[in-house]
Amino acid sequence: MNRLWYEFSKGIFKENPIFFIVLGLCPALAVSISVNNAVGMGLAATFVLVCSNAIISAMRNFIPDKIRIPCFIVVIAAFVTIVEMVMKAYAPALDRALGVYVPLIVVNCIILGRAEAFASKNPVLFSFADGLGMGLGFTFALLIISTIRETLGSGKFAGLSISNTFEPALVLSLAPGALLILGLIIGGIRWIKSLR
Amino acid sequence: MADKLFVSSSPHISKSESIRSVMWTVNIALLPAGIIGFYIFGIHSLWLTLVSIIFAVGTEGAIQKLRNKKVTISDGSAFMTGLLLAYNLPPNCPLWIGAIGSIFAIAIVKQAFGGLGRNIFNPALAARAFLMSAWPHHMTTFTKPFVYDAVTQATPLSLLKEGKANSIVDMGLSYWDLFIGNRGGSLGEVCVLALVLGGLYLLYKKIISWHTPVSFILTVGIFAWAFGSKDGFFKGDFLFHTLSGGLILGAIYMATDYVTSPITDKGKVIFGICCGLLTGVIRLWGGYPEGVCYSILIMNSAVPLIDRFVKVRKYGSVKVSG
Repeated sequence: MNRLWYEFSKGIFKENPIFFIVLGLCPALAVSISVNNAVGMGLAATFVLVCSNAIISAMRNFIPDKIRIPCFIVVIAAFVTIVEMVMKAYAPALDRALGVYVPLIVVNCIILGRAEAFASKNPVLFSFADGLGMGLGFTFALLIISTIRETLGSGKFAGLSISNTFEPALVLSLAPGALLILGLIIGGIRWIKSLR
Repeated sequence: MADKLFVSSSPHISKSESIRSVMWTVNIALLPAGIIGFYIFGIHSLWLTLVSIIFAVGTEGAIQKLRNKKVTISDGSAFMTGLLLAYNLPPNCPLWIGAIGSIFAIAIVKQAFGGLGRNIFNPALAARAFLMSAWPHHMTTFTKPFVYDAVTQATPLSLLKEGKANSIVDMGLSYWDLFIGNRGGSLGEVCVLALVLGGLYLLYKKIISWHTPVSFILTVGIFAWAFGSKDGFFKGDFLFHTLSGGLILGAIYMATDYVTSPITDKGKVIFGICCGLLTGVIRLWGGYPEGVCYSILIMNSAVPLIDRFVKVRKYGSVKVSG
């Protein structure tokens, strides 16, 4: 039980995929313009991560070592297709907002990274917990970045306007703003850790 | 006999120059342009400059305190960043823009890279680029000179870019207006006369060398002369392009920043020519009316490359062939 909790909780802060492992930056930087997009992306990636981790872990003894990456990709692509179709059917607005980044979950480094580094070596239950933790950690990181970018960059939170007098800094909702905010957060975390 | 023999390691020739004396000399050289700017654009521009300087110096002190470093706010480098940033702002933009720009310049562009001497980019220019993409509306609204009532007027270069005027005569200006600063523009860039006088003072004090400013300004002028006219090659306006925009301010005071420019003379000339080419390209064919800020920033990032390219051969070393 302890091990299970450890595998789940490490992804949320101690080995957070964005802030500590620094993987999956491409979707993180691209979709963190608004909180809605970020949560949608985070949950979609979490679903794929949990399912692919569990399936790959279950099949880990049958997958030949030499062609393991193509096998992982096939499993991941299957779940991404499911997510994409569900999203197109039930959340078309979100699907339009995320655009190409939904199919691109297939090549998200976090998912492939966890499949290679964890799921292909560990039993199903732990892989499931690891995928869930990593996915929620990814969502959590996206939520933080997108909250800062949306409030300061366009003066809104989850699409709702905050204040009329505040003049948002446009640059934060552009690509340089994403890099700037992510860099400052990672730098801030390192700085706090160095104080201890 | 024994006490007449001094044994010391090189360098043997030293000057009494220090960071402090260099920085304050540059600040003094910059002052006249600012004072004329205040006179042209009114009292608001003075407050803007003061706010920028106070926030730049305050941020520098606060961060050095936080990082447990020696607080060196009296060396004038933060003062200069604040001053240069204010000179690059439109005279009527809100005071908080100056404050945020100064904080960004010192905290992120300078101190985050390790403080004075370790910054890759010129802090004032990087802050201006940040403000430009964050609040483009405030950063592109310029006031009319000598009308202290926030009457807006486009700068000569943006008139040219938008095609509202094709020559200096269409704008109702003369070269003399451009030279003494009777035009719309940023706070400290308009009075070319004061900037050039300050630059000559710095040359006389040997704080800067002529290589970067001269090659930069000449390149922009020749580029504009060659390609700047719709009637054909070599019919463009040499003087108009050298006198307008922030070229003189940028070439004399910001492209010569010790930290972010090449070390050798040859490197300085390459740096100036490349800055000039980029400025010309942005002005004539780019999306912005003025390209001095971006061209210097782009070339800042190429400085290590230039320094490596023109590396001085060590005395006595043999050139390896092949």
